Amino acid sequence: MKKGIWVGLIIALLVAAFLSPFASSSPDGLERVAEDKGFLEKGEGKEVLESPIPDYVIPGIPNETVAGSAAGILGTFLTFGAAYGLAKVASSRKHSATGQTPLHQNGKGT
Amino acid sequence: MHIPDGFLDVKTWTTAAAVSAGILGYAITKTKDALNERQVPRMGVMAAFIFAAQMVNFPVAGGTSGHLVGGALAAITMGPWSASLIIATVLIIQCLFFQDGGLTALGANILLMGIVAPFVAHWIYKTLVGDSQDRSRILIGTFVAGWISTFTAALTCTFLIVVSGTVPLNVALPAMAGWHALIGIGEGLITAAVIGYLTQVKSELVFHPERA
Repeated sequence: MKKGIWVGLIIALLVAAFLSPFASSSPDGLERVAEDKGFLEKGEGKEVLESPIPDYVIPGIPNETVAGSAAGILGTFLTFGAAYGLAKVASSRKHSATGQTPLHQNGKGT
Repeated sequence: MHIPDGFLDVKTWTTAAAVSAGILGYAITKTKDALNERQVPRMGVMAAFIFAAQMVNFPVAGGTSGHLVGGALAAITMGPWSASLIIATVLIIQCLFFQDGGLTALGANILLMGIVAPFVAHWIYKTLVGDSQDRSRILIGTFVAGWISTFTAALTCTFLIVVSGTVPLNVALPAMAGWHALIGIGEGLITAAVIGYLTQVKSELVFHPERA
């Protein structure tokens, strides 16, 4: 991968690891409106899915800052991988459809 | 602005999910041609950065916070269709792994943050800045695109929770509009800061973007 990609990914990881602990824990705009206007409880206990890392805190890590930073780093890698994979699948479908050699195979490792 | 499960009724979330799925499907075909060797890893990095930045809630006023949506940032650098796929990826990861945004509301959240926000931002940026390389024009256009994208996403959110019968329009609208007018300032400032940085270190992303 090119240098710019590494720089971008490292910046994202730094934000996730070192800025996320400073995030405001106040409710966000929608939550605040739901609280003030009395419909927050409509969402309580309605979760359809139980996520492995609720609220960006990895369970079982006693230090909450560390648990949050670790969740941020994990999520940043996950998101990078998912978006990269999605883009790669979309682009390789194009090349196989036109019968051309996929560009990313030629460029691999350069 | 992530809508949790329980705020939307069945007709609203199923409709929103169907609309978002259709648009994302189209986005995949639209971005195919633009996705070259350079763009594929950029999609990953942009998504990763937006995921990380969304974690950093900033305080706005009176015990309320906001966070970057990233629709404007992704749309200005990558184009609105790529931006939709990027933000949708972020929202899916947040929903599945971090309980941020409900599973039933996922389509709605993609609609407001992953479709409305980037497309509005794209249109505003194109109108105000176009292909100009004037730095102050780019920064001001970016700020305005960021602000309006957040504001319209919030209006879309309001519309969805109102048609679900969760809250009356006259109650929800002033509150949602008021808070997100403030949160939008944060969106505009952060987006302008990142775009300003990119014009210094990676100017082709802003000046000659391969947008799709």
